[in-house]
Amino acid sequence: MKTCLVVDDSRVIRKITCRILKELAFHTVEADNGEEALVLCRRNMPDVILLDWNLPHMSGVEFVRSVRAEKNGSVPVVLFCTTENDVSHISEALGAGADEYIMKPFDKSIIEAKFSEVGLM
Amino acid sequence: MMQRRAGIVLTEKKSHLVENRLGPVMRRFGFKDTASLLAELRHGHEALVQAVIEAMTTNDSAFFRDRKTFDEFRDIVLPSLLVARASTKRLSIWCAACAAGQEAYSLAMLLDDRKLLAEGWTIDLYATDINGQMIARGEEGLYSQFEVQRGLPIRRLLTCFTQEGNSWRITPHLRRMVTFRKFNLLDSFGWLPDLDVVFCRNVLMYFDQKTRLSVIDRIADILAPDGALLVGPAESVAGVGVGFTPVENAPGLFYKARPVQLLRRAG
Ligand SMILES: C[S@@+](CC[C@H](N)C(=O)[O-])C[C@H]1O[C@@H](n2cnc3c(N)ncnc32)[C@H](O)[C@@H]1O
Repeated sequence: MKTCLVVDDSRVIRKITCRILKELAFHTVEADNGEEALVLCRRNMPDVILLDWNLPHMSGVEFVRSVRAEKNGSVPVVLFCTTENDVSHISEALGAGADEYIMKPFDKSIIEAKFSEVGLM
Repeated sequence: MMQRRAGIVLTEKKSHLVENRLGPVMRRFGFKDTASLLAELRHGHEALVQAVIEAMTTNDSAFFRDRKTFDEFRDIVLPSLLVARASTKRLSIWCAACAAGQEAYSLAMLLDDRKLLAEGWTIDLYATDINGQMIARGEEGLYSQFEVQRGLPIRRLLTCFTQEGNSWRITPHLRRMVTFRKFNLLDSFGWLPDLDVVFCRNVLMYFDQKTRLSVIDRIADILAPDGALLVGPAESVAGVGVGFTPVENAPGLFYKARPVQLLRRAG
């Protein structure tokens, strides 16, 4: 079973996302900020990271750069999942090392479509 | 009535669907119930007929829907056609039930990836649908955030669309590659040129057997001898029309291997 780390400061969003991921047969891990997420990655690099843009302490983009700089940092597929929906944000995220971008609001069909896009399903 | 005009079969099972979908049409035209609407429909009031057709057709689609079919087009159909048509450098492709244009634009993207126009190819890409509202949407080329997220990789979204508020508009050069036209598959295909590829996906299933056969036979008639027909991965035209042969390990892909007429005479 693949592991997906969900990084979002909203508990509700994490809950909804994790429910969808479990239906898609992923094991889920949660963090509400980038620093905590980074600690989790160092301990056990996940297969997938779903990540909000605006996070306390460290932004989503800073987090991606940090993850990509880790020893196994190229392993996880990183997908942003955010309300920051304009081209400049999307380009910045891809430039920082994200693989895909989900624009909120999303639903299960979009997660499925994006996951198959990056070869996770 | 719907069957005669659009080939669509409405069974008893679908009657709740009829009620649901006709509600807005009833209100718009001021009918009290579906019975009075259906009675008026028999008189052939054209605006009403169109409204009912538009309400009753299922227009669900997505960019690169059933990705494998597009892979088959890109990896099997297109390479052999590019060799076969190298002297004329002309390709004709038809999306026969194009909904809001997602299928046709997905093809335009694949053709554009190959830089065929720059290499001097002429590409006729026709996209038709019975639903005028869908054709208008295709011509507009504007899609919701939800629509572009099902099927388009983010990098493709950035290169093939421009953002307009919460919507995304297909770039002008992809828009120009597709010719949209409102067209009922039950009508004569006479206006179409000889075709190399036909996409007729997720629409045959709404027709009864006789209509399906007739559409498939007429597609065979306008396809080049080495032309390909692509239907939905769960759909089949083998055994329905005798004109098509399936391709192994390529669900939904059929070649017009032998002339329909000859086989029929033989059979
Ligand atoms: C479910 S959509 C399929 C769209 C697209 N081919 C795909 O696979 O994603 C079916 C389409 O067939 C169209 N349609 C239904 N009856 C038709 C007819 N008689 N002639 C042309 N189009 C028809 C509908 O308007 C609708 O847009």
